[in-house]
Amino acid sequence: MARAVTTQHKVIATAAAWIVALLIFFPILYTIITSFKSEQEAIQGFDLIPSWTLESYADVQSQYNYWKPFMNSVIISVGSTVLALLVAVPAAWSMAFSPTKRTKDILMWMLSTKMMPAVAVLMPIYLLFRDLGLLDSRFGLTVMLMLINLPIVVWMLYTYFREIPGEILEAARMDGASLWGEIWHVLTPMAVPGIASTMLLNIILAWNEAFWTIRLTTTEAAPLTAFITSFSSPQGLFWAKLSAASTLAIAPILIMGWFSQKQLVRGLTFGAVK
Amino acid sequence: MGKITLRNVNKSFGPVTIIPNIDLDIEDGEFVVFVGPSGCGKSTLLRLIAGLEDTTGGVISIDGRDVTGEAPAKRKLAMVFQSYALYPHMTVGKNIAFPLKMAGESAEVIDRKVKDAARVLNLTNYLDRRPGQLSGGQRQRVAIGRAIVRQPSAFLFDEPLSNLDASLRGTMRLEISELHHQLKTTMIYVTHDQVEAMTMADKIVVLNAGNIEQVGSPMELYKTPKNLFVAGFIGSPKMNFVEGAVADKFGARTIGVRPEHIKISTTAGDWKGKVGVAEHLGSDTFLHVHTDQGTINVRGDGEVGVNHGDTVYLTPMPTKVHKFGADGNTM
Repeated sequence: MARAVTTQHKVIATAAAWIVALLIFFPILYTIITSFKSEQEAIQGFDLIPSWTLESYADVQSQYNYWKPFMNSVIISVGSTVLALLVAVPAAWSMAFSPTKRTKDILMWMLSTKMMPAVAVLMPIYLLFRDLGLLDSRFGLTVMLMLINLPIVVWMLYTYFREIPGEILEAARMDGASLWGEIWHVLTPMAVPGIASTMLLNIILAWNEAFWTIRLTTTEAAPLTAFITSFSSPQGLFWAKLSAASTLAIAPILIMGWFSQKQLVRGLTFGAVK
Repeated sequence: MGKITLRNVNKSFGPVTIIPNIDLDIEDGEFVVFVGPSGCGKSTLLRLIAGLEDTTGGVISIDGRDVTGEAPAKRKLAMVFQSYALYPHMTVGKNIAFPLKMAGESAEVIDRKVKDAARVLNLTNYLDRRPGQLSGGQRQRVAIGRAIVRQPSAFLFDEPLSNLDASLRGTMRLEISELHHQLKTTMIYVTHDQVEAMTMADKIVVLNAGNIEQVGSPMELYKTPKNLFVAGFIGSPKMNFVEGAVADKFGARTIGVRPEHIKISTTAGDWKGKVGVAEHLGSDTFLHVHTDQGTINVRGDGEVGVNHGDTVYLTPMPTKVHKFGADGNTM
């Protein structure tokens, strides 16, 4: 039976949702506010009204090269996403449409690798990267991020593909479609929303990844995560500059996330509510 | 042409045998219905013919050509699925055109054939709509349109009317039968509904646990069922089975009497019983009568003036009694 929703309930629920949303968003908001303060204001303590100076942004741009780590972030996150999709799409197709007795076990094993603390494999990975000459290389980092996000990508695509009725694919086969025709004309158009949301999520995860990007890079391949940490110097913390750098680092992904939020939510909840 | 032959066709999934060895001949232009209870293997058999499942053994031939190892697309068969299986991202026109596009037909030919199919199926006004904007019956018509446009050697229907309501099912049943008369192409139709089988088929194949129990015309199956299973499955309401002394009198282990072959009297007859439920439909009256021989279903012509709790006497028509031996086969 449907529960009656009164206006009072709606007001309370809306207020609660706003409070939770503001609490979650507050650290980001305060970072943005701080980025518009002078260094002196920033260390004075909690204050929500900045002097709206662009001094920190100018310093970040003039003293540090923002565009190099920005481009590294773009290359690494987009590159790792493309690589992950190239591997995950066929893997998820085969798991969804011709599963074997062990398919579920493989999926669980893939997911279990995400539960392992990254620091546990830091040493072997570091040594492997060093010996292969991949330290501080964009290629090495792209492969690394592809590998760590692959389980999530496969799982998301697998869940999405499972929602495509097998009979539609069989109908295409009966209609004379070759395997390629089946994939191109029927499967892909039906899976585009799923592939797109998986891609968006993977770009966000790769963009925000800090553990490996900081430890496996120094200067050449350092993305924006490493760029932010460079503001923590032996001379002390420069809060305003750090905030300006952080704002610049998160802005692209925040804007992308904002515009694609509908697609993302649909992708993440697909199959859960139907 | 669409003569389909199955020789020693069998299918197993691991250690589980779904279809033991089956031999079957389907003549060109025939309307054949595979009927049987859920899980009897009728859909699997259809999928084996379609090529959507690989056979474990045996040979499937279409017009004398061995197609056992061929891909579905090469068998020149068209299939209509229970769930319609329309392409949701394509319009009705593009759905119908899809097989022609895959066959590499020219744009003019595709356009002409799609329009022809749409006209036959009353879909002309819906060609620009998507499947999601159509009713169940219209979707089923699109699925049929997609099948006829290819001019296949045979049509395969996998319970195509199961998702429709009763009234639409009746209409679509007629439409498919008319389509068969019009096209004169072989049709294989899978259903668990024996009424569909009886009303549409030239030939019915009754399946049970993967085995063919009997093959014949609807009337052959109705009048001379080979065994207890076929006798019980064909006919609605179901045939009554009686064992014991009554069957002994006929020299049989079990006797079977159809509900319409029992005379009802309120004064005298062979079996005395009390009416449990009386269903008055106007054209017929269905009675469920509790007798010493068990519950007997009876069908009376028109209005029969008895109700719940009344005592009635039932007499089976002697010439219509089916006799079965200990092995369950007709004697």
